[in-house]
Amino acid sequence: MQKIEEMEIQSSSDVVLVRQAVRQFAIELGFGLVDQTKIVTAASELARNTLDYGGGGTVTLETLQNGGRRGLRLTFEDQGPGIPDIELALKDGFTSGGGLGMGLGGAKRLANEFEIESVVGEGTRIIIVRWK
Amino acid sequence: MERIPILQMGEFLLVTIQVDMHDRLAMTLQDDLTNRISQTSANGVLIDISALDIVDSFIGRILGNIAKISQVMDAETVVVGMQPAVAITLVELGMSLTGIRTALNVEKGMALLQATVGSSANAQFTATEWDLEDDAED
Ligand SMILES: Nc1ncnc2c1ncn2[C@@H]1O[C@H](COP(=O)(O)OP(=O)(O)OP(=O)(O)O)[C@@H](O)[C@H]1O
Ligand SMILES: [Mg+2]
Repeated sequence: MQKIEEMEIQSSSDVVLVRQAVRQFAIELGFGLVDQTKIVTAASELARNTLDYGGGGTVTLETLQNGGRRGLRLTFEDQGPGIPDIELALKDGFTSGGGLGMGLGGAKRLANEFEIESVVGEGTRIIIVRWK
Repeated sequence: MERIPILQMGEFLLVTIQVDMHDRLAMTLQDDLTNRISQTSANGVLIDISALDIVDSFIGRILGNIAKISQVMDAETVVVGMQPAVAITLVELGMSLTGIRTALNVEKGMALLQATVGSSANAQFTATEWDLEDDAED
């Protein structure tokens, strides 16, 4: 049975709640501890970016079933300023906000699938999938 | 306001991070720890992260900042108790712990601090820098 949940990301305590919800979904899907940790860490990075750079937004958590495979898809969306140069933003060490610049590239490495769409002045949507 | 307790153990301070730390709490910890190091003239800080089920770039930055602040105040930092799944994930995230001292548990961390600061009072420890490296080869 598919499960979907949408959550607001408007404060740093929302980021904590997102981490907890992602953990719960991953446990229900039967992910092992390392897989849980990877998807929760990726979610934490993307949720924080949504808050800090996107000015807040939402995340949608969805369980996936593909034949015998089960997975978790997370879609982060904001109506913030967008990312002018996605390739640059993905580079490790690039930050426009005094971070380490590891979040976006790191989240991509921690996921099995990664999609990013961003339009300057309109917002950003990032989708990650991790399969069991 | 919620705070992370800082315990004094002889000449060392012990911080056990037990909650799912949100940003403000992490910043408060940095300030509190700075004050406690100067009040107590502690020469070592143990940060127990065994209860943390993830370490992301934000927490990584906080740990790195604490290590740097401590170093400036002449105290060593050792991060103890990182869960194996967290360590594996951290490598894939691309954050290398090169330069920050880690130990398996509080006892081993204490022993490490004692060996470092105990042996010679003014020996300068040089490797507390939190290096970030590109581990992104895949
Ligand atoms: N949702 C977003 N909207 C607009 N810009 C974004 C968004 N997400 C990321 N960015 C841009 O991409 C850059 C890189 O993001 P990344 O998460 O890799 O690093 P960081 O957040 O700056 O630092 P870190 O995550 O290591 O603390 C950001 O500095 C920001 O300029
Ligand atoms: Mg980030």
